[in-house]
Amino acid sequence: MYIYDEYDNSILRQRVAQFRDQTERFLAGDLPPEQFLPLRLQNGLYVQRLAPMLRINVPYGMVNSVQIRKLAHIARHYDKGYCHVSTRQNIQYNWPDLTEVPDILSELADVGMHGTQSSGNCIRNTTSDQFAGVAEDEIIDPRPYCEIIRQWSSFHPEFAFLPRKFKIAVTGSEKDRAAVQVHDIGLQLILKDSGEIGFKVYVGGGLGRTPVIGSVIREFLPEEDLLSYLEAILRVYNLSGRRDNKYKARIKILVRAVTPEVFAQKVEAEWEHMKDGYSKLTRAEIERAKGFFTEPAYETIDNAAAQAGVDAQAADSIAFSKWLQRNVRGHRVAGYAAVTLSLKPTGVAPGDITDGQLEIIADLADEFSFGEARTTHEQNIVLADVKKSDLFALWQKCKVAGFATPNIGTITDIICCPGGDFCSLANAKSIPIAEAIQRQFEDLDYVYDLGDIDLNISGCMNACGHHHVGHIGILGVDKSGKEFYQVQLGGSASNDASLGDVLGPSFGAEVMPEVIQKLVNVYVENRTDEELFIDTYRRIGAAPFKERVYAKAN
Amino acid sequence: MPKLIKDGVIVENTWALIAKPEGDAAEVAVPAGQVIVPLSVWVAQKAQLQTRADVGVWLDSDEVAESIGEEANHFPIIGVNFPGFMDGRAFSTARLLRERYGFKGELRAVGNFIRDQLCYLRRCGVNAFAFANPEADLEIAVKSLNDFNEYYQASVDQPLPLFRRRA
Repeated sequence: MYIYDEYDNSILRQRVAQFRDQTERFLAGDLPPEQFLPLRLQNGLYVQRLAPMLRINVPYGMVNSVQIRKLAHIARHYDKGYCHVSTRQNIQYNWPDLTEVPDILSELADVGMHGTQSSGNCIRNTTSDQFAGVAEDEIIDPRPYCEIIRQWSSFHPEFAFLPRKFKIAVTGSEKDRAAVQVHDIGLQLILKDSGEIGFKVYVGGGLGRTPVIGSVIREFLPEEDLLSYLEAILRVYNLSGRRDNKYKARIKILVRAVTPEVFAQKVEAEWEHMKDGYSKLTRAEIERAKGFFTEPAYETIDNAAAQAGVDAQAADSIAFSKWLQRNVRGHRVAGYAAVTLSLKPTGVAPGDITDGQLEIIADLADEFSFGEARTTHEQNIVLADVKKSDLFALWQKCKVAGFATPNIGTITDIICCPGGDFCSLANAKSIPIAEAIQRQFEDLDYVYDLGDIDLNISGCMNACGHHHVGHIGILGVDKSGKEFYQVQLGGSASNDASLGDVLGPSFGAEVMPEVIQKLVNVYVENRTDEELFIDTYRRIGAAPFKERVYAKAN
Repeated sequence: MPKLIKDGVIVENTWALIAKPEGDAAEVAVPAGQVIVPLSVWVAQKAQLQTRADVGVWLDSDEVAESIGEEANHFPIIGVNFPGFMDGRAFSTARLLRERYGFKGELRAVGNFIRDQLCYLRRCGVNAFAFANPEADLEIAVKSLNDFNEYYQASVDQPLPLFRRRA
């Protein structure tokens, strides 16, 4: 993965010093709260319902064992012994003390981590595919480009006071696991037959209160033009995006208002002036970036023998075979596998992880996966480079540590925002709903029979839980001071991205497990052999689901 | 006389800033001496004003660099206004004036920007800072000009991105 050099370290140190000074001025009363607000946000610090929340970037989800141990240390010494993996691959602390945040950021800088631009109206952490570099269906590794974007966007002087936040995602595989079509800019890597590498550019996607699927504004952008083109998009947005209403300030509103075609023309016109400037990427820089994401020292392994060993172990242990089935996936290198550690056991807030568990993950990464791990936007952890012959040993350790819940991709692998228990924006709690649904679906064989179901929960329309793109999406709403839950069906964040349809009137918290059970029953009764929940929904439509959940008992 | 930060030092502000007129821009009386007029006044009275060497212009945040464009170097001074410090359009406008239109004169931030924006503004080509807030402590604010001395991306102060300079 990328390793900071003296330039990166020097820039980050200056940022830490700048924010320490700003915090001291705020505490001394020399910096008014309304001015400190965007400055602290751009260093990751929110003020939440109960305490500040500090969001630390995990650039495109890549983190090494040294960094993980530091995250554990921060959780233990500055927080309440745990943290949270967010739906944008970042780490959030829920209980830091404002006066200690400069010290936390200084400690994180020691390992090349920070909260810079993890919040606020600026370019946020670039996200990507948690299986980048190892996926069997990968065309081009997106991480070098993510790193190039990280450097360009960090401390960008022109784009620190945008109309609204700005999120970029990059994917390099056939299957889009980075949800690029619901980002402000989505970049899909393309390899032409000629060998030329470039990007299909989506713009104006997003969730929140106005969910939109992004529009393609360029079918092929040559890789060397990446930064100048991004700069052109951002400049058009900075100058033309609405600033009179924060709910209409995202780029998706601008793109829709002027039409994607006109927006593309504006970008191209701006880009004409810039494309041959110094920001044009050099071959050397692209190669330098790629040089950080070379293969680790894989062993040459006889895949058939390794697989036979795993099969034999699986034959002896149903529990291990279930874990293999759901939490382990293929790897492009023979004899290796990618493993997802589930942070979704029933009874734990989805994505929450303790200091001790973080240290275990660091140890597991060192022992089994070249010292690296990845955070996922589904709020789990991936060890991407595990030898098949190590899978059984890894599974046993995961069981002890609480990561072996074999539910990846199932209805209990719920994406869930912190909700009303923590967040001051939320209209309703989300974590207790997730737990109640997990309890409703505790029979693993039944859950497996249901297959892949994305169930996503957001506690308000800001949609941090990505409810619009869940096969089943749940949105917390407030009705005269009481918490209710609206259900949406048919969303998807994948290549066939779609936004869910609202099923009908919302429900009280107490009936939510029953409602979800009824929806699942409709699927089971109507599915064909090959169909997943989303397929059946798309085929039969919302009517049978509506009838079932809104049928009167009498 | 009020002061401002220019090229990293605190100097007297010798330019008078004319506010946006509520009525007809053609009717605004532009006084003698160094004045910075709103874009609308410049456009309405260009025939008379362009003969003067002591007239600058300022752009509000919704007025684009193209509205001056190639004429930029006619002016000894151009202002970019911050109605509020969260309105970041002036960052782009400043870069465009410097990089696209080659403006060489004084590029002055005016209005309600804050001290903590000075470094980024400097990077975008702004070289003078006249705080609307008379309470602003310039002696302290000037330190923020150099919050950073190394940068990843190209801008006016350093046209070469780090990847072209990295050893």
